Amino acid sequence: MSHYELRCRECGRTWGNQPRSICDECFSPLEVTYDYDALKTSVSRERISSRAPNMWRYSELLPLPQGHQPRLPVGFTPLFQAPHLAQKLTGAAVGNLYIKNDAVCLPTLSFKDRVVAVALANAREFGFDTVSCSSTGNLANAVAAHAAREGLKAWIFIPSDLEPAKILGTNVFGAKVVRIAGNYDQVNRLCSQIADEHRWGFVNVNLRPYYAEGSKTVGFEIAEQLGWRLPDNIVCPMAGGSLITKIKKAFDELIELGLVEPKEVKFFGAQATGCSPISTAVKTGSSEIEPQKPSTIARSLAIGNPADGHYAIKAIKNTGGWSEDVSDPQVVDSIKLLAETEGIFTETAGGVTVGCAGKLYRQDRILPEETTVLCITGNGLKTTDVLAGVYETEQPIAPKLKEFEYYLQQQNVDRSNIPGVLARAEEAAGIGA
Amino acid sequence: MPITVQIPTALRRHTSGVGSVECSAANLEELFSVLDQKFPELKPHLRDEKGQIRRFLNVYVNEEDIRFLGGPTYAFQEGDEILLVPSIAGGSV
Repeated sequence: MSHYELRCRECGRTWGNQPRSICDECFSPLEVTYDYDALKTSVSRERISSRAPNMWRYSELLPLPQGHQPRLPVGFTPLFQAPHLAQKLTGAAVGNLYIKNDAVCLPTLSFKDRVVAVALANAREFGFDTVSCSSTGNLANAVAAHAAREGLKAWIFIPSDLEPAKILGTNVFGAKVVRIAGNYDQVNRLCSQIADEHRWGFVNVNLRPYYAEGSKTVGFEIAEQLGWRLPDNIVCPMAGGSLITKIKKAFDELIELGLVEPKEVKFFGAQATGCSPISTAVKTGSSEIEPQKPSTIARSLAIGNPADGHYAIKAIKNTGGWSEDVSDPQVVDSIKLLAETEGIFTETAGGVTVGCAGKLYRQDRILPEETTVLCITGNGLKTTDVLAGVYETEQPIAPKLKEFEYYLQQQNVDRSNIPGVLARAEEAAGIGA
Repeated sequence: MPITVQIPTALRRHTSGVGSVECSAANLEELFSVLDQKFPELKPHLRDEKGQIRRFLNVYVNEEDIRFLGGPTYAFQEGDEILLVPSIAGGSV
């Protein structure tokens, strides 16, 4: 008997465990629920902390079939303070701003590795030999890589205008890539229809309730890495709107199980202005999504009809949070800002998150003294096309010291910015090391 | 206006297995009234207790989300193909 099962979020009917995301009775989404009373006796901080540093250390809180043997050490990405970024965003080098860096999540450098890991554990259990997804890129990479590792076939459906690096990063794992002449919402609708006709394991359609649970591990890790305590604020990018709701679920479960002290965490959602159905709803006080036609460089967030939008709005409103959105030029500036201040090269979604965090600080919705975690969910090497033309290609110089000295003279910069000037001055004054 | 409605697999047990329906309706409300009459068992699955069309049911006209066409105010054109597709969510609050 499993300690988890599917339940309809709206009418409460239970469905056991099967590849299904919708309640036949009322068409509402299904959600994995757990026997928390049983978990209270089996889960402890010590037990979790003694395990290997990857997302499987939270196995009891994930829908994993009995005897599941993980084949990839996914997750447990770094959480660290970002004082230089804080200085730029708040004007003070506070130690309360943190980055959760899933730009280095293994194996495909985005948080989607977490959800796919859980989805594929269940795909195998349900007897699928082919896994599939509709994707804006990161999910495509993750499904293709994990399927290769698991020995499953992968069919990936993508909008045809996806970044070349994300297409290549799917092809390389031997997956079948089907390009659709349409946007993500059209791809997703098609996949719903295909899943209705073919017996394939679509990770974000018929396996979605299981898949979505993988996102909780971002929340579990943040709490554990903060020393088993919850932050004051979470800033999270929103595409379909699932991640933000699942981080909240993770925190709620940790409280329920007594693993952290209860705390009201505010949830803040970040979107690109060119595709902002959730932030628009929050700002206008609506509880329902008005779908949009996406037009933004943040293609991983370009979902105009977010499946979990309704629940994302609730998570934000019920916690006293807010949602913001930023323009494409602000996305690029924010990618550069995070890279220049903290050494993290994030993709466009990360630029959206950093840009929105800046706005939220300026609006005093987030205060510098509060503990705030920015969720960076993907890697900048996948979206280098948005930086095309930002940096000039320099003319090469001859490999001669004289040439370099001349080059240095030509640089129209403040002398104090030239490397080594300070050391040389100190040496002359006899105070250097 | 003669139009065609595609019924998703999950709902066909309430339509005696019928997957495609040709009918006549001027707009969304009229279409759902036609479906209510034709398949009484389907009604509680398409509408909530207050009679509203369920939140997680998306309606497409010739592959375009009907909300982009004006939603309830859209006037069906002859030959329109209507798709009923559940919105796939899995969130938690």
